[in-house]
Amino acid sequence: MASTSPAVGTPGHSPGRTVLDDTDISRALTRITHEILEKNRDAEGLVLLGIPTRGVHLAQRIAARMSEVEGRTITPGALDITMYRDDLRRGPVRSLEHTDIPDDVDGKTVVLVDDVLMSGRTIRAALDALADLGRPKAVQLAVLVDRGHRELPIRADFVGKNLPTSLAEKVKVRLEEIDEQTDSVTIEGGSE
Amino acid sequence: MKHLLSAGDLTHEDALRILDTAEELLGVAKRPIKKLPTLRGRTVVNLFFEDSTRTRISFEAAAKRLSADVINFSAKGSSASKGEGLKDTALTLQAMGADAVVVRHHHSGAPHRLAHAEWTKGAVINAGDGTHEHPTQALLDAFTMRRHLNDGVGDLAGKNITIVGDVLHSRVARSNALLLHTLGAHVTLVAPPTLLPVGVEHWPVETSYDLDASLEKADAVMMLRVQRERMNASFFPSAREYSRRYGLDTARMNRLPEHAIVMHPGPMNRGMEISADVADSGRSVIVEQVTNGVAVRMAVLYLLVGGSTEGDTE
Repeated sequence: MASTSPAVGTPGHSPGRTVLDDTDISRALTRITHEILEKNRDAEGLVLLGIPTRGVHLAQRIAARMSEVEGRTITPGALDITMYRDDLRRGPVRSLEHTDIPDDVDGKTVVLVDDVLMSGRTIRAALDALADLGRPKAVQLAVLVDRGHRELPIRADFVGKNLPTSLAEKVKVRLEEIDEQTDSVTIEGGSE
Repeated sequence: MKHLLSAGDLTHEDALRILDTAEELLGVAKRPIKKLPTLRGRTVVNLFFEDSTRTRISFEAAAKRLSADVINFSAKGSSASKGEGLKDTALTLQAMGADAVVVRHHHSGAPHRLAHAEWTKGAVINAGDGTHEHPTQALLDAFTMRRHLNDGVGDLAGKNITIVGDVLHSRVARSNALLLHTLGAHVTLVAPPTLLPVGVEHWPVETSYDLDASLEKADAVMMLRVQRERMNASFFPSAREYSRRYGLDTARMNRLPEHAIVMHPGPMNRGMEISADVADSGRSVIVEQVTNGVAVRMAVLYLLVGGSTEGDTE
């Protein structure tokens, strides 16, 4: 999550290089939608949960595409993981984000959606949060970008793009809904 | 924000942050597992020098839902009844590693003393001190009003809140007046002249002796308990007369606007400041106030001790 802070390129810093533009992101999300449907056969018994903040918007976009393909409305939800973080004591207290579970998760297949997968700690927290909400039949993970550097044994089932990065680099995902600019994924900083 | 001692210390931003956090935490009560791991390993001490059931169990439930360890300390049957002072009690708690101390005391200012004397490093939360303040009650009242009058978002700008009864002995009234003012509401205190405190003209409120005059424009009416245990003089001629002039009965309730809610911090004297019909009516949110109290206290505990504190090592 630290890699996706909403801060836009600091002044005097290079704006970074764009690795995914808006059409790339759109195409990746369409592909992920179809992969989710293919893997689970259809959208029956699926619950899409985005992890705030950008994961929620990605989940909404995937749900919109899924509704089109399936011909019925699929409502995505949001799962805030703040209270389950393992680094709460390492900084000032964090504000909570909104949690909205559209449907009972018992016996369902839950697809977690996030923007960037790195250490895997956010997903670990999300799995704990989910366990307190019920007992899903299965949990799958969809991410827009997988940049490696895992610190926990966690992997994504659906990946928009694998992006090998160095730890000195920052991956920034910008989405129209909250960043008020065109969708993009950029790599900033690093040793150039 | 290191301690929560007075509702007047809260800025508009602080208050909204607590209310917004509580709004998210309210959902925890509806889940199959009503517990969050957030304060695991933290210790919350309930230090109660004065009788209290609802506030203490509300704080206890809040701390337990956040997985904190809770130690209850009540003055009755403890070392305090053997003459131990606040200082020595506080030093004991510090030695036990309290991260937060929830204190209720019969003397106004005791939590302030506890917070500023450096006897304990933990966060101090005022759970009612003498006739001074009770900030978490004000927060849960504001939270309840916001849910009913403003869909649970933003502040209470432009809302008319009428607080009726024993303002003189009420820490709830004082904390509410301060917090509601911060949140932009217009507060009217209604009481007989003998039950209004000295200096009330400096409070950010309007005062009145006439309950009927303020009913028609009220968005919420809060009835205060007549605190007989604190009354050592005659403040009104008889209970019957008080009830007739300042009690909320069905006839008075019917004159409230359609959307208005009836509140009471509890415990109620049914038939005195509020009639049983009103207390049990659909307009009454008294039971909901209790539920909301747990969420608000969870929010306060999380915001005070959920982040890094002095005791943590990187």
